Amino acid sequence: MAIINLNVNGKTLSVDVDPSTPLLWVLRDHLNLVGTKFGCGMAQCGACTVHLNGNAIRSCTLPVSSVKTNAIVTIEGLSEKGDHPLQQAWEELDVSQCGYCQAGQIMSAAALLKRNPKPTDQDIDNAMSGNICRCGTHVRIRKAIHLAAKKSKK
Amino acid sequence: MATTHSRRNFLKVSALSGGGMLISFSLLNLTAEAKALEDVVFTPNAYIKINADGSIVLFAPNPEIGQGVKTSLPMIVAEELGVDWRKIKVELAPLDSRMGRQTAGGSGSVRGRFTELRTVGATAREMLIAAAAQQWNVSAAECTVDNGEVIHKTSGRKLSYASLASAAAKLEVPTKPALKDPKEFKLIGTRVQDVDAHKIVTGQPLFGIDTRREGMLFAMVSRPPAYGKTLGEVNDAAALKIDGVKKVVKIKNAVAVLATSTWAAKKGRDALVIQWNATEKLENTAEHFATFKTMLDKPTATPQRNDGDVDAAAQGAVKVLDVTYEIPTLSHGQMEPLNFFANVQDGKVELFGPTQVPAAVRTEVSKQLGIPEANITISSPRQGGGFGRKLMTDNGVEAALISAAAQCPVQVQWTREDDMQNDFYRPAEMWRYRAALSATDLLSWHQSGVGIGRGVRGDSYVAGAIANYRAEGQGLTSNTPTGWWRAPGANTLAYVAESFMDELCTALKKDPVAFRLALLKKAKEQTVGKINYDPEKYKSVIDLVVKMSKWGTKTPGVFRGFSTWFSFGSYVAQVVDVQMVDGQPKVKKVYCAVNCGRVINLSGAENQVQGSIVDGICHAMFPKVTFVNGAVVETNFHQYKFLRMKDAPTEIEVQFVESDEAPTGLGEPALPPVAAALANAIFAATGKRLRKLPFAEQLG
Ligand code: FES
Ligand code: FES
Repeated sequence: MAIINLNVNGKTLSVDVDPSTPLLWVLRDHLNLVGTKFGCGMAQCGACTVHLNGNAIRSCTLPVSSVKTNAIVTIEGLSEKGDHPLQQAWEELDVSQCGYCQAGQIMSAAALLKRNPKPTDQDIDNAMSGNICRCGTHVRIRKAIHLAAKKSKK
Repeated sequence: MATTHSRRNFLKVSALSGGGMLISFSLLNLTAEAKALEDVVFTPNAYIKINADGSIVLFAPNPEIGQGVKTSLPMIVAEELGVDWRKIKVELAPLDSRMGRQTAGGSGSVRGRFTELRTVGATAREMLIAAAAQQWNVSAAECTVDNGEVIHKTSGRKLSYASLASAAAKLEVPTKPALKDPKEFKLIGTRVQDVDAHKIVTGQPLFGIDTRREGMLFAMVSRPPAYGKTLGEVNDAAALKIDGVKKVVKIKNAVAVLATSTWAAKKGRDALVIQWNATEKLENTAEHFATFKTMLDKPTATPQRNDGDVDAAAQGAVKVLDVTYEIPTLSHGQMEPLNFFANVQDGKVELFGPTQVPAAVRTEVSKQLGIPEANITISSPRQGGGFGRKLMTDNGVEAALISAAAQCPVQVQWTREDDMQNDFYRPAEMWRYRAALSATDLLSWHQSGVGIGRGVRGDSYVAGAIANYRAEGQGLTSNTPTGWWRAPGANTLAYVAESFMDELCTALKKDPVAFRLALLKKAKEQTVGKINYDPEKYKSVIDLVVKMSKWGTKTPGVFRGFSTWFSFGSYVAQVVDVQMVDGQPKVKKVYCAVNCGRVINLSGAENQVQGSIVDGICHAMFPKVTFVNGAVVETNFHQYKFLRMKDAPTEIEVQFVESDEAPTGLGEPALPPVAAALANAIFAATGKRLRKLPFAEQLG
């Protein structure tokens, strides 16, 4: 066990954990931020996607000891009021089915929009292909990303 | 006062629906119920609650696995009740003997409950109207409802449901409330967002995996690494040394490690040294298929159906088609790995977790722990997919056994690898299809299938349209477990039958749509034997998809496939347009026409159909499970491949045939036809007939 300081959703938090613990489980089990989901544990499905300094990363394979002072943002911290353009678009187009993959999808999409505010279908395909959705909400996800891009321009 | 009246109503309504079990429910849960009722003014049945503060809660009776019933079922109640949808709250109901079949499976939730839930809403509406009429001293017939208020039509006076609730609670429960004229529906048939949409996109705790309780430990379980192996010696010394690991317990054929965090439990589980002994045959996929082949070569004595004489018909044939199709084993791969919370203490059990069959879990836990069902409560959270996996009770029962052995509340978490190796798989199958053709027509159809675990059925569509028709099925016994996988039976049969139909069209040089319509005409006008489908409804979806897709027109570089299937009461026809890119199909557009009776939630219905199509394309293209010595080769998503965004169709257009009939299934029926539509499009593009799933590894 070791005391580790983390910068999560703009707050400095300290946890006493086994340093080899993947960030995912620190968020879920120790910080009670359960919005980030577990799907595969080997960077294959994207359910655990969070932002590390604004980049989308898979938290299931990142040992908490290597996070250091880098800023982490989870789905809970994506927007203050739950009204990020992507969150709005997701609700408006009723994207979710089971909903389990969607936090990860939104975090991947948010990183995409940050570096590419007007993505094409091709850009979306590339950025979102690390996220699996077993329910098959892909067509609505694509639409929602375009809608969010439009919303953010205003 | 409120409590007494509410309980009286509980009993009355129970008598109405003939549920004698309610009494035991009420007595056993007396304290809990009394407490829950403190603030409840009016609860005419298990589905509706009007609280003292005027808030209205509707309970969704069936498990929510992503099929949208937490939204669509309460919509039906709300429609008849006459409330403002935006102002009510929806909750998932726990297992409750007053609520009938609380199962998610067989596309049955809406199908089975439509009239019941309308009645539920109408009962409450009539009682609220009666209460208002009494107060105004007018006749109930002069009153109507809207947005949670009773309105006196002539005077325009209004009373809110909240203000009427306690008076309504004292009234007799009507036995035959009048249902609304469907023409007056305001909510049913509209687009309504999933009730959890906001919680989902903001990451609020909703799922079984998010369960956190006082004193709870996390558990991971070491289960047999292969089918046919049994637990031997266990050495847990290293596991117990890991920081955070609290206990190791043995249950049946597995060992659980309990710890203060998921990661510690996993590290502990992985540190167990266990000897697994092979006590049964360790099976291989290659052997399964070799056996299938020999089984298919022999005719079976008792076909499921035998119209006319297929062998005699073949005598006069100009051409005979004789082809074999292969279907791999599949895992469910629902996104949320299995988990379950259990707390077994002092002869009482609390269960909470993902299941499609809460009643069956309770029964099984009761049996295995020797605790009466009455002492077991169970409810399920929103679930990260089901697809049939959670029709099995193993995850819930295992958690209960672990909690009982460890004597503490426990949240058991499975890894993806655990899920892959411990599934109840969509069984592998092999099909032989034979047809005799004259120069211009189909003379006979002979299908013969073999699958693991259970036989394969062959009594559906196309039977009844052909004078000489034979269907045979055989099962192979295996110790690899099989179960239900989204649209069981239909998902493989549709692929094979509708691909073969396309082969017939090619051989006879017929248009795939015209050929099928001619068969359906025969099925309608000169029906051979019994049929389980309605040729007119089949035609309704074919006609619609022809119109949507402008069937018969051509776009350069785009190739089309057609397919249609009937399952779970609903009819679906699809046209898939593909372009070939680097040898692989890129689906440009899928057109899909559906006849599923009345649509409840248009947004949810479209989502189900689009999702089924993507799911169907995914499983036609990519994943398969291979057993080697009883162990699954594909341990995680790096080997068990799913469709990615880049592989998803560019567009899916869905239309529903207008219908006033009661709703039929929708969580499954759009999946079965799509694999064949895709295979037929790939054939149109490449001339290559794909008689084996999955496709991607055979292309490019
Ligand atoms: S859980 Fe991290 S990518 Fe799947
Ligand atoms: S919505 Fe169920 S996995 Fe994506």
